[in-house]
Amino acid sequence: MAGSKEKELGRVPLRERAWFKELVFTLKRIRESPLSLAGLTIVAFFAIIAIFAPLIAPPQPGRDPYVMPRHGYLATPKPPSDEFPFGTTEGQYDMFYGCIWGTRTAFRVGLLVVGGALAIGVTLGALSGYFGGILDEIIMRITDIMYAFPGLILAMAFVTAFGVGLDNVIKALILVGWPTYARLTRAGVLQVRQEDYVEAARAIGASNARILLKHVLPNSIYPVVIVSTLDIGSMVLTAAALSFLGLGAPIGYADWGQLISMSRNWILGEAGNPFAYWHTYTIPGIFIFTFVLGWNLLGDAFRDILDPTLRRR
Amino acid sequence: MGGMRTYIIRRLLLIIPTLLGVSILVFSVSMVFSPEERAALYVGEGGFKAAARIQAIIKKYGLDQPVYVQYYNWLKNVLQGNLGWSKSLNIPVARAFTELWPASVEIAIYAAPLIVITGIVLGRISAVHRDRWPDHISRIFAIVGWSLPTFWSAIVLLAIFYGALGWFPPGRLSPEAQSIVHSAEWVSYTGLYTIDAILNRNLFVFVDALRHLFLPVLNLVIVGNAGIMRVMRSSLLEELHKEYVMAARTKGVPEKAVINKHAMRNAMIPVVTMAGVLVAGFLTGLVITETVFEFKGLGYWAAHAATQLDFPAVLAFALFSGIVFVVSNLLVDILYAYLDPRIRLG
Repeated sequence: MAGSKEKELGRVPLRERAWFKELVFTLKRIRESPLSLAGLTIVAFFAIIAIFAPLIAPPQPGRDPYVMPRHGYLATPKPPSDEFPFGTTEGQYDMFYGCIWGTRTAFRVGLLVVGGALAIGVTLGALSGYFGGILDEIIMRITDIMYAFPGLILAMAFVTAFGVGLDNVIKALILVGWPTYARLTRAGVLQVRQEDYVEAARAIGASNARILLKHVLPNSIYPVVIVSTLDIGSMVLTAAALSFLGLGAPIGYADWGQLISMSRNWILGEAGNPFAYWHTYTIPGIFIFTFVLGWNLLGDAFRDILDPTLRRR
Repeated sequence: MGGMRTYIIRRLLLIIPTLLGVSILVFSVSMVFSPEERAALYVGEGGFKAAARIQAIIKKYGLDQPVYVQYYNWLKNVLQGNLGWSKSLNIPVARAFTELWPASVEIAIYAAPLIVITGIVLGRISAVHRDRWPDHISRIFAIVGWSLPTFWSAIVLLAIFYGALGWFPPGRLSPEAQSIVHSAEWVSYTGLYTIDAILNRNLFVFVDALRHLFLPVLNLVIVGNAGIMRVMRSSLLEELHKEYVMAARTKGVPEKAVINKHAMRNAMIPVVTMAGVLVAGFLTGLVITETVFEFKGLGYWAAHAATQLDFPAVLAFALFSGIVFVVSNLLVDILYAYLDPRIRLG
C-alpha cells in the first residue's frame, strides 16, 4: 500500500498528520456550536479593524500612529459629533482614532504575550516532561510557586521592578503566563513519550533532540496552542487593567485601558447631567468587553479539548 | 483520627518549601534594582546629603553582600515584621498592613459568601434546567461576568448609582460617620465598621458603612461568580448522570431530594477545590475595585504604591497575596481530607 510505504519513508500524508486532524476537529467543533461561531465572528471583526486601522482612522503622516491625535488642549471632553464619531476625551484626544488603533494595540499585546509565554512554556514543559528527573522537579516547583500569586498582582510587582510602560507590561505578563503552558506541554509530552512510535524512533537510534522535535512535540503541542490562543482575551484584559492602574501605556497612547483611565475624572458627569461624559468610559469599555467576550465564547467550546474523555480518535 | 493528624502534619510540612519559594521569588524581583537604587528606598528625599548617605546605607544593610546573605538578612527582617518603608503612605509597610486590613476584610466577609452562594445557585439552576432558558440565561450571565473588565463595571456602577442616583457613594464612610468613628465615645473592636457599629449600637454608622460597601461588593460578585457557576454546572451535570442518582430516582425519591440530598453533595467537591483560584481572583478584583471606589484598603494601597514606585509596598502586598493563597489552599485541603477519607488515607 502506498500509504504504508510513505510512512516507512517518514512521510505522513497530510490527512493523517496530527495537526491536520486536530485542525479538522477544531473547525468541526466551531461549526457545531453557535456560541463559538459568534465568538469567531467577533474576533474576526476585530481582526479586520486591526488590519485596516490605517484606512479606517488614517494617522497623520510622520507621527507615531499609536499616539492619538489631539484637537486642542481643553481638558473637558467633547461628546460625539460628525467630526469625532466617538467624541474626544480629556485633553481632546480623538476617541474614535484611539479605539480603532487600540484594537491593534490589543492584538499586539495579546499575540506578543501569548507567543512569548508559549515559547518559554513549551520549551521548559517539553524538557521537563521528556527528560524528567531533577530538571522536571525544579521546573515544576517553579511553576508551583508562580501559581501561588494572582497573575495581576505578580505582574504589578514585575512592572514596578522593570519600570512603567506597555513593553514592560508585555514582559511581565509573559513571565506570569508561561507556567500554564509549561504544565500543559509537560502533561502532553508525558502521554506521548510512552507511544510505540517514540519507542521505535529511540530503537533506531534517533537523538533526543530529533525525537522531541519530530515525534513528541508535533503530537502533543496542539491542545497547548489552542488553549494559549484562547488566552489572548484574558491577557488583553489583564494588560488593560494594568494600563488602567497607570502602569501600562502612557497618556495619549491608543490603548483601551488607558482610554478608560483617562476618563476617570469624568465619571460623575456635571451638575444636572450625570451622563454628560458617558462616551469617555462607555465606548472603550464596550471595545474591551466585546473583544474579551469574543475570545471567551470561542474558548468556551474548546475548554473540553483538554478533556481526553470528550476527545475522539 | 490518627490518620487525620498525620495528614495535617504532612501537609503543614509541605507548605514550608512553597512559602520559602514564594519568598525567594519576591526577593528576586527586588534584586532587579542595583544596590544604589535599593539604598535610595531607605533614604527618600534629601539631595546631596542623601547621595552621600547611600554608600553608608549600602554598607549598613549589607546591600553589596552576596545574594544568599542578602536573602537571609531580608528573610530575617520579614519574619520580624520589618517590611520596609512605604513612601506612598509615609509609614512603615507593617503599619500600613495593620491599618488597612480591616477595610479589605470587611469587603471580603460580605463579598466572598455572596460570590460563592450566587455561583452555586446559578450553577445548580443551569444544570437542572440544562439547555432550557434558565440555563441559557445563567450561562450568558456567567460568560458576560467572565469577560467584563472589573475596572469598567466598577466605573459604570459608580456613574449610575452615585453619579446619577446618589445612592451609594465611594469611599468607606461619609464625613459625618467619619467624625463619629474618630470621636472619643467610639470603641473600635475590630476596625470593621459594620461590626463595630453593631457593637457600639450606632445605626447611623452601620447604614452608612453598608451604603459604602454595597457597590464594591456588588462589583466583585458580578465579575467573581462566573467561575464557580461554570464548575458547579458541569460537576452537577456529571453527578446527575451517575448510577446512584438513577437508583435514587427509580426508588421513587422526589427529584428535589435527589438533587439536594444526593447529587449536590458530591457535586460540591470540585467547587471546594476551586477555593485557591477563587482567592486569587478575589485579590485581583479587590485591587481594582478598591481603587475605583476609593475604598482605602490593602488593594487600593497596592495599586497606588505601584504607580508611585513604592516598591516595598508592592512587594509586601505580593508576598501577602502569595501567603494568603498558600494558606487558603492548605485549609481547603484539610477540609477536603476531613470530608473525604480517601484523600488522607490514600
